[in-house]
Amino acid sequence: MGRQADVVVIGGGITGTATLAALARLDLSCVLTEKEPDIAAGTTKANSAVLHAGFDAPTGSMKAKMNVEGNRLYHELQDELGLDIQWTGSLVCATTEEEKAQIEELKARGEANGVPGMEIWDGDKARAKEPNLSAAVCSALWAPTAGICWPFGMAEAFAENALENGAEILRDCEVTGIRAEDGQGFTIETTQGTIRARFVVNAAGVFADKVAAMAGDTSFSIHPRKGEYILFDKTAQDKMVRGIVFPAPTQTTKGILVCATTHGNTFVGPNAQEQDSRDDTAVTTAGMDEIIAGAKKLVPELPMGASITEFAGIRAVSDTNDFIVGESKTVKGLYHAAGIQSPGLTSAPAIARLLAEEIAKAAGAKAKAKVVKGRPAQPIFRELSAEEQAALIKKDARYGRIICRCETITEGEIVDAIKRPCGARTVDGVKRRIRAGMGRCQGGFCGPRVIEILSRELGIPVPKVRKDGADSYMYEEKLGGGRK
Amino acid sequence: MSELYDVIIVGGGPAGLTAALSAQQNGAKKILVLERDREPGGILQQCVHNGFGLHHFKEELTGPGYAQRCYDLVKDLPEVEILVDTMVLEVRKDKTVRAVSPTRGVMELHGKSVVLTMGCRERTRGAIRIPGTRPAGVYTAGAAQRMVNMEGYIPGRKIVILGSGDIGLIMARRMSLEGCKVQAVLEICPFSNGLTRNIVQCLNDYDIPLHLSHTIVAIHGKDRVTGVTVAKVDEKSRPIPGTEFEIDCDTVLLSVGLIPENELSRGLGLQMHPLTSGPIVDQRRETSEPGIFAAGNVVHVHDLVDFVSDEAEIAGKFAAKAALGAGGGAARDLAVTTGENIRTCVPQHLRLGAETESVRLFMRVTQPLRGKLKLKVESGGEEVFSKPLMIAKPSEMIAVDLPEAKVGALTSDLTVSLTEGN
Amino acid sequence: MATETKVLNCINCPLSCELTATVEDGVVTNVTGNFCPRGAQYAKEELTAPTRMLTSTVRVKGGRLPLIPVVSAKKLPKGRVVECAEALRSVSVAAPVHVGDVVAANILGLGVDIVASRDMEAV
Ligand SMILES: Cc1cc2nc3c(=O)[nH]c(=O)nc-3n(C[C@H](O)[C@H](O)[C@H](O)COP(=O)(O)OP(=O)(O)OC[C@H]3O[C@@H](n4cnc5c(N)ncnc54)[C@H](O)[C@@H]3O)c2cc1C
Ligand SMILES: Cc1cc2nc3c(=O)[nH]c(=O)nc-3n(C[C@H](O)[C@H](O)[C@H](O)COP(=O)(O)OP(=O)(O)OC[C@H]3O[C@@H](n4cnc5c(N)ncnc54)[C@H](O)[C@@H]3O)c2cc1C
Ligand code: SF4
Repeated sequence: MGRQADVVVIGGGITGTATLAALARLDLSCVLTEKEPDIAAGTTKANSAVLHAGFDAPTGSMKAKMNVEGNRLYHELQDELGLDIQWTGSLVCATTEEEKAQIEELKARGEANGVPGMEIWDGDKARAKEPNLSAAVCSALWAPTAGICWPFGMAEAFAENALENGAEILRDCEVTGIRAEDGQGFTIETTQGTIRARFVVNAAGVFADKVAAMAGDTSFSIHPRKGEYILFDKTAQDKMVRGIVFPAPTQTTKGILVCATTHGNTFVGPNAQEQDSRDDTAVTTAGMDEIIAGAKKLVPELPMGASITEFAGIRAVSDTNDFIVGESKTVKGLYHAAGIQSPGLTSAPAIARLLAEEIAKAAGAKAKAKVVKGRPAQPIFRELSAEEQAALIKKDARYGRIICRCETITEGEIVDAIKRPCGARTVDGVKRRIRAGMGRCQGGFCGPRVIEILSRELGIPVPKVRKDGADSYMYEEKLGGGRK
Repeated sequence: MSELYDVIIVGGGPAGLTAALSAQQNGAKKILVLERDREPGGILQQCVHNGFGLHHFKEELTGPGYAQRCYDLVKDLPEVEILVDTMVLEVRKDKTVRAVSPTRGVMELHGKSVVLTMGCRERTRGAIRIPGTRPAGVYTAGAAQRMVNMEGYIPGRKIVILGSGDIGLIMARRMSLEGCKVQAVLEICPFSNGLTRNIVQCLNDYDIPLHLSHTIVAIHGKDRVTGVTVAKVDEKSRPIPGTEFEIDCDTVLLSVGLIPENELSRGLGLQMHPLTSGPIVDQRRETSEPGIFAAGNVVHVHDLVDFVSDEAEIAGKFAAKAALGAGGGAARDLAVTTGENIRTCVPQHLRLGAETESVRLFMRVTQPLRGKLKLKVESGGEEVFSKPLMIAKPSEMIAVDLPEAKVGALTSDLTVSLTEGN
Repeated sequence: MATETKVLNCINCPLSCELTATVEDGVVTNVTGNFCPRGAQYAKEELTAPTRMLTSTVRVKGGRLPLIPVVSAKKLPKGRVVECAEALRSVSVAAPVHVGDVVAANILGLGVDIVASRDMEAV
């Protein structure tokens, strides 16, 4: 006998976790399945992390609606869920007369989409805001409602809040088959057994068409489009930007941007590369050259010596080029959140709300009597006062042992990251939750210690500790020896 | 805990321990060594191979053996206190040291002088931008060395090493002895950055190919490394199209350089040197901040721990003198600049007073040179010292001693250079 | 009479002197390029019966750390080093251990002991 649930959400990215959090506030039993060892392992972990204002998408599109509404909701949710967001505002920069006309157009579109507060600035005003901008920038669109965020942390916040409200999250749990039982709900085959559910939410990112097809809906397909990035050290920020700087957009993308992160780093990227593979996030030399060249148009003096890592993410582009959100036209009870490319991060709370409303209606569900709004507190040693630090160490000596020296992260914080409601199970999971290993040394120094702590806290031997993906084992037992 | 120490030493590697001994020998009464790791000894504890100590202890030791010697010399001295599991978070100009440990919590300590001996860290994949995926199986050689030699695990079985620095070479042999197969060592430069003896005994002995002027142009594998694409590079280190080939492996070890660990130095606002990436020091190893000294890999990356100890002796001695109110009185501040073929020279300047001693200069060259070479020290356009050399390599630090008499007579800035021919 | 010159690098210390050895009928008759006498000795041995030091680690039971570094007390025949390392992989000792303690006596009957290269206290 397998599990039973009212709703199964497939995919633990920002869309799936936000939807789970919204559903968990209803009197429904909800389970989320994620095939990877951790949540936010797909596109949600590698993107520009911009909460867009909402002037890019064509007026009237699902993208435009969800973007503007999602942006507004994040302003509301930030305090409630303790989300790591900075409302920096964004600049779209023009360097030619043609581009100048383009940004005027963007402004008009933004106004039609309901984006508040936009202004057109001249080059000098833009440079007053971002002093390292190219002298060639002659005009810029300022959108004050845009912000930067830490996408993993937001997915984690949604997941934790969902768990507080009684939902369940199964990681290392891949959906391999879905049988629609003729108006009687679904039987879902997973790598952790069968789940029976009345409703299914398909939030499987680049795999959303595959998941839809499992249930018999072949009405759309997803085309992967890769975007590559280079990340810079905090020490480079003075030579980079404090907020979000876009070039004038092209047909397919918003272009290669130069942007700050909420952790004080900066990055350049992404480019746009069509590819067949849905999980090939390899970074290429040609890609690096392309984004360096692109970014130099905005910030001519890139501090390349301070680059600390590169990465790539994959956009899930649907064949309609718009988001596909709502109940399947062919399979009743199956709800899609598919084709969620940019601005998917920004749109997640709006998509979640829309799906939760539709499912509530179909299920006749009401809000839970008691809804938990936040999530458990997370002590951050480096942000505490000396007195608070002393008190914390007194309570738990492990907060006095610094493991990551680049980011000043203590053993206590690592243990907390592992023991939390949706706790870390991998080295990268620890890194994403508390940044141990994200500093200059990129885990070179603290890596072995983080592995040791994971092994101890999860009760697994060191060779079972993984870096990130399902088979990303890191170390082996030494080989046996001795012929006699 | 708020006490006044004569000398506070940040970091308990060979530099820190030797500085403590030297400070004690030079009269300091209260010396504190703060070490973040679980035991003193620094990075040497994981360097289980031999070849250390020939100069300093006149005996061939292993890394842990050398660390043990340094520790044994100070552990019973009543003047020296060593706290392990203690991380220094901040050093201030007034020589307040803020540290934290699980047992003592947050501490504010005060020193009359401070010696920085934080060592160095490894450059990582990001610093060199290797294209490809980001699977498990890519480690810095030092992280893998710690796992193999101190924790008891191996990183994989089929290994490619990028970078022919000493740590990479040593790890090639180490992994071979652990029963793993080292497929190749790749070096982007046309010459190796490791000691010749390590190429002989770590690569040649185990038939491990060394590909000079080659680098990894892509890493493959989704969850775990499955192989790398390698290409030859041109004089500007750019991959040459058409020269690519694949190597099958499950592990990539990076040995692509070390960088002095200077977060605290930067926090202090010390003047730093762009090429050594360490603080600028004078011959006493005093930094730009009076009473704050530095020695070992935090100043410039050494290839010989023996020289680290020599430098730490100097720093410890003058830190003790400063704490006791002696020394000082520098009348002349002379810059030491680098001339032909010399990339870096430490100290970067001399502060000379009435009493002078001989001065040792540590240099690295810009490129490998051999033949009749002449290392020259000039002052005010005149040669004050020279030494013939047969061979010079960027990987091997050159040390020369300026005799006391010469130092005493110096009145203008110095330039060091290495010339070919006479 | 066959005379050959062989060029090799001394590995006894980091100077890595480049040695030129004259070999007459398998006997090293002259060595140049060495800064110190150890270089000449090295060339003679290396070209006739090469030897190497072995460093590795073995497991410790009840120690503060799981492994202890070890070193051969003398040089081993170069051709047997890998075999010795393999034999050490199944050796384990009990803490406390002191620097110089023998962890594997007379390894593979070669007449060389493997000794601890640091102290390891018991916990
Ligand atoms: C280069 C780039 C830049 C971007 N920039 C921005 C931006 O600045 N602002 C913004 O708003 N948006 C941006 N986006 C878009 C945004 O990142 C995505 O829209 C969003 O992360 C998608 O989230 P998701 O949850 O739908 O998908 P994902 O994060 O991909 O989550 C899907 C999850 O489903 C899991 N899954 C798949 N199949 C199965 C299965 N069979 N069983 C179980 N689990 C399964 C996957 O493992 C994955 O974790 C960008 C995207 C890219 C690629
Ligand atoms: C991975 C690696 C392998 C090496 N292998 C060799 C080799 O084989 N042969 C060789 O001759 N040299 C080798 N070196 C160079 C070696 O570092 C030096 O020879 C020597 O160990 C340097 O001594 P040190 O005391 O300056 O630094 P370290 O030995 O690095 O000691 C510095 C100490 O300071 C501590 N520390 C740092 N920051 C703080 C802080 N904020 N608070 C408290 N404590 C702190 C560190 O934990 C460390 O113990 C290697 C270096 C590395 C990184
Ligand atoms: S000959 Fe002497 S100085 Fe030269 S490498 Fe050998 S041991 Fe060192």
